[in-house]
Amino acid sequence: MLITVGINIIAVLGPSILLGFTGLFTFGHAAYEAIGAYTCALLVMKVGIPFPAALFAGCLAAMICSIPIGYPTLRLTSDYFIVATLGVGEIVALLIENMQSITGGARGLPGIPFYTNLPLTVVLVAICIWLARNFVLSRHGRNCIAVRENELAAECVAIDSFKQKMMANMIAAFLGGLSGGLMGHYVGILHPKMFRIIRSEELGIAVILGGAGSITGSVFAAVVVTLLPEILRDVVSDWRLVVYGLAVIVVIINRPQGLMGYRELTLQSIRQFWSRLTTGRRPAVPGVPGTGRRD
Amino acid sequence: MFLQQLINGLSIGSIYGLASVGYALIYSILGFSNFAHGEMTMVGAFAALFAMTAANLPFPIALLVGALGSALTAVTMERFAYRPLRLKKAPSLYFFIAAMGVSITLMNTAIVALSATFRTFPPIFPIKTVSLGAISVGVIDLAVFGVAAVAVTILEFVLNYTKIGKAIRAAAYDSTTAALMGISMDKVCFTVFVMAGTLAGLSGIFRGLKYTIHANMGNIILKAWICAIIGGIGSVQGALLGALLVGVLETFIAGFISSALRDVIAFVLLIGMLVVRPSGLLGKATEEKA
Repeated sequence: MLITVGINIIAVLGPSILLGFTGLFTFGHAAYEAIGAYTCALLVMKVGIPFPAALFAGCLAAMICSIPIGYPTLRLTSDYFIVATLGVGEIVALLIENMQSITGGARGLPGIPFYTNLPLTVVLVAICIWLARNFVLSRHGRNCIAVRENELAAECVAIDSFKQKMMANMIAAFLGGLSGGLMGHYVGILHPKMFRIIRSEELGIAVILGGAGSITGSVFAAVVVTLLPEILRDVVSDWRLVVYGLAVIVVIINRPQGLMGYRELTLQSIRQFWSRLTTGRRPAVPGVPGTGRRD
Repeated sequence: MFLQQLINGLSIGSIYGLASVGYALIYSILGFSNFAHGEMTMVGAFAALFAMTAANLPFPIALLVGALGSALTAVTMERFAYRPLRLKKAPSLYFFIAAMGVSITLMNTAIVALSATFRTFPPIFPIKTVSLGAISVGVIDLAVFGVAAVAVTILEFVLNYTKIGKAIRAAAYDSTTAALMGISMDKVCFTVFVMAGTLAGLSGIFRGLKYTIHANMGNIILKAWICAIIGGIGSVQGALLGALLVGVLETFIAGFISSALRDVIAFVLLIGMLVVRPSGLLGKATEEKA
């Protein structure tokens, strides 16, 4: 269970960077997961490469695929981009389904060795969160935010918006490949259905619920979105997905910024919150850096 | 063979067209793609099915019941999901996400309440075919084509020659100015959702007649969204053209190349088309203003 949470955290970081920080709503992120998962599993099973190397190769494959995918799609805007990424996601799933001799087709690819364990997942989750945070705080991350806020204005201050989108997309694809690779070796079977539009939709919703523009928000939402259906399973059983859909509507109407909404949960903000609780006073200098607000 | 496939393609294209027109209408007013549109077709198909099997109504009345059912669904989702966002002047991404929520809710309600089994309509049209010269046309294909043609003609008439149609066109052009001129956006949105819902219901019923009815059928009608995008978002004629084009191409690919690769080629065409003409066939190219 915890491993699934970890895998979903890594998976959600990609759309978080794309949607939250670059303003691109992707609907085909599961495609990168599929590429990573199948590459990794096939390398381990058919070629006999050790698992860590295969995992890395899966990430690289996803990242390399993101270049020809991103080149035409990233130039599109709004709904055209959404529908194009949806197309990419479906193409990848359908291709996997049709390459029966290699991928097992619609019947799936069974018998993948169970190499994904908890310590490995935890370490990788920590590294990925750290990397995503560094990217967002870097010059490139700030450029991405500029592109999200106003692409034309960003271009005017000499930010190559296409290059920034491409970079964000490649990083997202890398993370997607990683989560896919881990997923294959955790579940033990791969199936093209696992990577259809519903998976991409789920990842996008997690980012929104957690709050666009917040890494910690996305991580938190990934945990909630993974665990909540399992907890609700005993209480409302069949109706849990209905409740989930209604929750999405209620959240977007009443709290569209999501749980965290452009804020990060940092050690400093916790400390400030704690001091405010204990002393009942606001911090001495309001609006000091480190309150985590960066919009 | 060629003509035969063409007719098949046009029949599928009209089913897509009935749904894609709704995408275009809603996009032209509210500026977002109604992701829950497919679920309206599902509701319509189920309403018509139950009207026939449970209430023993004749098919023409069941058709009306189905269309009414989806129109009601459409109006309800507009009232409870999109109107609050519209009043808050939320960005279009929020509408899209709300639509995703509506879609998940409706689909899973259908799965829980009606189970995920596949159902079919009782036989309504004789399965025989009418021969026109060298080719033979299924009765159902003719019916689909006829109903789609009538529905779209009525829609065009309403949009072009009635007062509310004029209001809708004004709102599509510039909703803020239209509202300033005394056009009630509530009324415009209500009408647009009724029209989109009715057409979606018809689309769902005919899809159900040609294939099967099931709770997940909304996701398949996502293809109608793709048709609307290919035609140029927000353009009703474009959506129709895109739908007929996709329907015909799809049938040709399935008939002459490979039925397994049908969807792959359709999606590749979509992306290729967007690269060459990013604003669709009949869409207006928009330039961002500084």
